[in-house]
Amino acid sequence: MAPYQPKSDPKWLVALTLAVALTVPFLFPVLILLSMPLAEPSGGGVTLALRWLGNVLGTDLSGPVAHDVGTAVVLLLIAFLFINFGAIFSGICVWWERRIAGRMQSRIGPNRQGLGGFLVWVADAVKFLLKEDLVPAEADSLLFRIAPYFVLTGFALTFVVLPFGHSVVMADLNVGVFYITSVTALVVVGILISGWSSNSKWALFGGMRSAAQVVSYEIPAGLAVFVPVLMAGSLSMQDIIRAQGAAPWDWFIFRNPAALVAFFVLFTSQLAEANRTPFDLPEAESELVAGYLSEYSGFRFALFFMSEFGNIWVMSALATTLFFGGWQVPGMPAAAISALKGTGAWWGWQLVSMAVFAVKTLLLANVVIWLRWTLPRIRIDQMMTLSWKYLVPIGFVCLIFTLFWQLGVGAAPGLELASGVALSVGALFVVIAFFRRVFKNVTDVRGDAIDLSNW
Amino acid sequence: MNRTFSKLALWAFLALLVALFLGYFITRVLPDYLPAGRAVPPRLGDLVFYACAAATVAGAAGVAFSRNIVWSCIGLLIALLGTAALYVFLSADFLAVAQLLVYIGGVLVLILFAVMLTNRIGEVNVSNQSLGLGGGLAVFAAVAPLLMLVAVLVPWPVRPPGPMAPTTARIGDEFLSTWLLPFEVASVVLLATLVGAVVMARKELKAD
Repeated sequence: MAPYQPKSDPKWLVALTLAVALTVPFLFPVLILLSMPLAEPSGGGVTLALRWLGNVLGTDLSGPVAHDVGTAVVLLLIAFLFINFGAIFSGICVWWERRIAGRMQSRIGPNRQGLGGFLVWVADAVKFLLKEDLVPAEADSLLFRIAPYFVLTGFALTFVVLPFGHSVVMADLNVGVFYITSVTALVVVGILISGWSSNSKWALFGGMRSAAQVVSYEIPAGLAVFVPVLMAGSLSMQDIIRAQGAAPWDWFIFRNPAALVAFFVLFTSQLAEANRTPFDLPEAESELVAGYLSEYSGFRFALFFMSEFGNIWVMSALATTLFFGGWQVPGMPAAAISALKGTGAWWGWQLVSMAVFAVKTLLLANVVIWLRWTLPRIRIDQMMTLSWKYLVPIGFVCLIFTLFWQLGVGAAPGLELASGVALSVGALFVVIAFFRRVFKNVTDVRGDAIDLSNW
Repeated sequence: MNRTFSKLALWAFLALLVALFLGYFITRVLPDYLPAGRAVPPRLGDLVFYACAAATVAGAAGVAFSRNIVWSCIGLLIALLGTAALYVFLSADFLAVAQLLVYIGGVLVLILFAVMLTNRIGEVNVSNQSLGLGGGLAVFAAVAPLLMLVAVLVPWPVRPPGPMAPTTARIGDEFLSTWLLPFEVASVVLLATLVGAVVMARKELKAD
């Protein structure tokens, strides 16, 4: 047999597509970074902007009413940017996931529209907008119409506290993590309402499965979130990041053996709460048509899927914040950061911290996608067993272990460093072994040639 | 015809009560709290507050007047969300988020779940049986004077809104020091509820 020869080698095309795919969604956080001075809580940024605008227009805009209107406009603008980040991220994520699925299942996937099929998500979005918005005749039409907005609201509200970088966070609420777990409840309400109001048995089954699943998995997720909260002594997202360091042994996941377990508990529970495979029982295409969104079409269908894929970002960013050190960059302790304030390097530092956060989050998001195309869907009784018989007890053990661990750390501060170094070295070995295994599998099949010709 | 008339009469009566209450509130209660001599233009925060308060009242009215139990649930959702927003205005951040988590994530989802498991829920005479006008008026007569008295007689403390201070740590400290006993009693009540739920849901295994 002749040695394998790829038909063409579009390396640069692939690199260009990936660069665009990585850049486009993050234009929005950069715009948010630029508008952060306007959104500072004291309202000083709005005052300055209004003074400038008043000078341009030649009118006096220093009154309280003008200030209120200005604040409202700024808040609406930032909300618009955040929702667009979610929409564009989920669009590109759909494309990326379809390409990965194609690779993993030995087929090609969408590769026609634009470079590497990159524009397929734009085509999908336009198609959704142009499709007829069907409401079943027997459905409760108003509830059917508003249900997707509950889901969208529950998804979009998480961006209020989700950090993107050192200063790029809308509101660093004192109850940040708690807030995220509670606003996601609106998503469940939306799913239940959509399932009920469709007046279809498949949709109702999907809605009920979803309620059972999310209510069950909220408990292990909450227990796992407690572990980093106990270690940081705060519920605020930014405080939790500040309590960690940049190096892997300073991350919460390695500083406490229970946190390593808690991360997997949280990750599994979040997969279930986001209805991702292997926990996609509420949608279960082969059993329930499409579950709770069977009857939806057009833009409302797009809203459901936008929230679902946008949730990949939310869950990965939450895990990055709680366990992987967030935006911390090596060699930048808090003192060095505050020394930058007021100089031009301040903005550069913000961009670097955003890049670090985004890279960590995207790595986790890839794991989420990877799991979807690796694991089969589990049965409903297995789903319940996993939550109540395994994750909840493990979560409680982690919580109690962390309480004693924190007491131990108080007595012997070296404990955290020892655990951090030991566990991160162990993790490094696992990663190396994984890549060696992958490399071996690749070379066993057909040498080290990577075929990009059907990209 | 008679039915329509009685309904109209009920609505007119309710509207009259609301108008009376609003009139009393605006003429008697409100002037005490406004700085004398000048009208204060509403700020953004005030407008948001009134929007939240109106949503709460509208949601509560939806719970009471809706003929479909799912719509009552949606009304409850709006009322609970509005209440959470009002907690934010009282700078009770932890309480607001706990309200969201417990009442919307827990109670409301449970109600919706129970509604979905129930057969023939769409039929009004099964799900939302009403006592009729007489019964309703009787309940109203029993409850309304008490509520009105509370609203009018209690010297409500009025304070300017303070800065948004974090409350979480203080709540935790108070629960585990001053209010430890009530906290533990509440935990025991919840534990009893859980055990009771397990006993009721458990399938009786017959030895054979």
